[in-house]
Amino acid sequence: MTAPLVVFFVLAALAILGALSLIWQKHPIHSALSLIVVMVALAGLYLLMGAEFVAAVQIIVYSGAIMVLFVLVIMLLNAGIEEHTSISKLAGVPGLLLVIALAGFIAATIARSSETVQAAMQTGAISSTKGISNMVFRDFVYPFELTSFLILVAIMGALVLAQREKS
Amino acid sequence: MSTFLSSNAELIISLVKIALLLFIVLTVNAYLTWFERKVVAHMQSRWGPHRVGPHGLLQPLADGVKFLFKEDPTPAGADKFVYYLAPLLALALALTSIAIIPFGPDPIHLFGHDIYLGIAPPDLNIGILALFAITALGVYGIALAGWSSNSKYPLLGGLRSSAQMISYELSLTMSVVGVLLIAGSFNLKDIIANQTSTKWGIFGWNIFPQLLGFICFFIAAIAETNRVPFDLPEAESELVAGFHTEYASFKFAMFFIAEYTSMITVSCLCTIMFFGGWLSPFPASWTFTHYLPSAILLPFGLWVIWDGIRYETIFGRIILPAVGTAITALGAVFILFPDVNTFIQGPFWLLSKIFIFLFIYVWMRGTLPRFRYDQLMAFGWKLLLPASIVNVIITSFVILAKMQWGPK
Repeated sequence: MTAPLVVFFVLAALAILGALSLIWQKHPIHSALSLIVVMVALAGLYLLMGAEFVAAVQIIVYSGAIMVLFVLVIMLLNAGIEEHTSISKLAGVPGLLLVIALAGFIAATIARSSETVQAAMQTGAISSTKGISNMVFRDFVYPFELTSFLILVAIMGALVLAQREKS
Repeated sequence: MSTFLSSNAELIISLVKIALLLFIVLTVNAYLTWFERKVVAHMQSRWGPHRVGPHGLLQPLADGVKFLFKEDPTPAGADKFVYYLAPLLALALALTSIAIIPFGPDPIHLFGHDIYLGIAPPDLNIGILALFAITALGVYGIALAGWSSNSKYPLLGGLRSSAQMISYELSLTMSVVGVLLIAGSFNLKDIIANQTSTKWGIFGWNIFPQLLGFICFFIAAIAETNRVPFDLPEAESELVAGFHTEYASFKFAMFFIAEYTSMITVSCLCTIMFFGGWLSPFPASWTFTHYLPSAILLPFGLWVIWDGIRYETIFGRIILPAVGTAITALGAVFILFPDVNTFIQGPFWLLSKIFIFLFIYVWMRGTLPRFRYDQLMAFGWKLLLPASIVNVIITSFVILAKMQWGPK
């Protein structure tokens, strides 16, 4: 086994264990911490693929900004230990089927697009900062701007809710 | 054995470098506390530590021993796992961020390998982003410490610090964008190389086009490291000691070391981003400035010897002249070996600038009062963030104008 492969399996195991622990943990803070582990492990996987910029942004945005907000909210609400209900059989059987279907879809997509991903990695279109900024700010600039509009709408919604509380 | 060594040379070099840097950073940390106490004491007309060792120089050692042997109670009802995790996280992240800093331009040739000063490879293209990623995670150490202690003052301190760090992280990141636009790279080495100037070295530094950016960066960085005047998370008049109230013994020491390490990292960043890193402020033709390290070390070493001979205690009369001799010898080595002297120039300038920033940190602690919490938030969001965004816009327009109409 080569060194990158070992690192890959360690990171992948960490991500999966983190995801399982996210569901199994009883306390919200522990769940949030597990989610951070998943995100950092994913960032490590991106780094392994040579996508340095994506890895750094993954940590800054997801593990840094978004999860800090989660943790902050859990701390502010002082959320206690969750009560786990036993899963109803009705939800369990279709849920399992859905999980299998979803896993199949993802596997099929990965198998089909692996060549294009490899090609994109070779040209540096997804790995280098320059390639990413060319894609976001030149090729896909209108969809990108639409996303920012979406975020603006969300901010305005939050403002409206906060203002209503005051008056 | 030798085949193992040669086949894993990179790995072994990295491990040795990590061990060495860890030792250096922790020692510097220890003496930074001594330096801070001494400087603040003299600003307040006191002596500062002077009992343990000559000039109190062994005080950090005594503090370390005290930290190790103190009782370490865990508060009742604390979340054990998170309570133990938090100081570890704070310290590990603070020490990791130092690994990204390059400490010198040229590699040392040793055993047929080019060994660069600094742990990260010199072609790390996301240098500054990696640093920000580590800083972004740094919030958890403090927030989780406050939460897991199961006590009201730490919880308030932890909440305050999370809010403060999230707010100031924005300005911190935005204020650097100007520098990144000028350099066109995230790589710390490229950013420094971009600041070279043909005439006076000092006029090539980013501080001149980016004065606004530097002011925003420095203020945000101080807030990010939770130092005076932004040390609200640990405001002792309101919150006892903030997030680390319930931490004692070595776990407290870990938070302490983390804080001082991030002070060093921020000083490194200020130097690299705005003050030319390892570049000399003088024109390149002034080769006599190469003797500056010796010109500082030799008189300082001689002064330490002179001071040591007349010292009150016998221990001081032995140890101070020995230290002085070592410093003088170092200065003499730089004069006698021109190769060593040229190699030392980059690290010398980098370390002197870092030292100046560390002094400014301590100076501010001795001078400025603490912000009120609402003032802090208003300042961060209503003044600092708009100012740094204005800096980004102006810089981009100037660069665009230069590209359009400037000399090709």
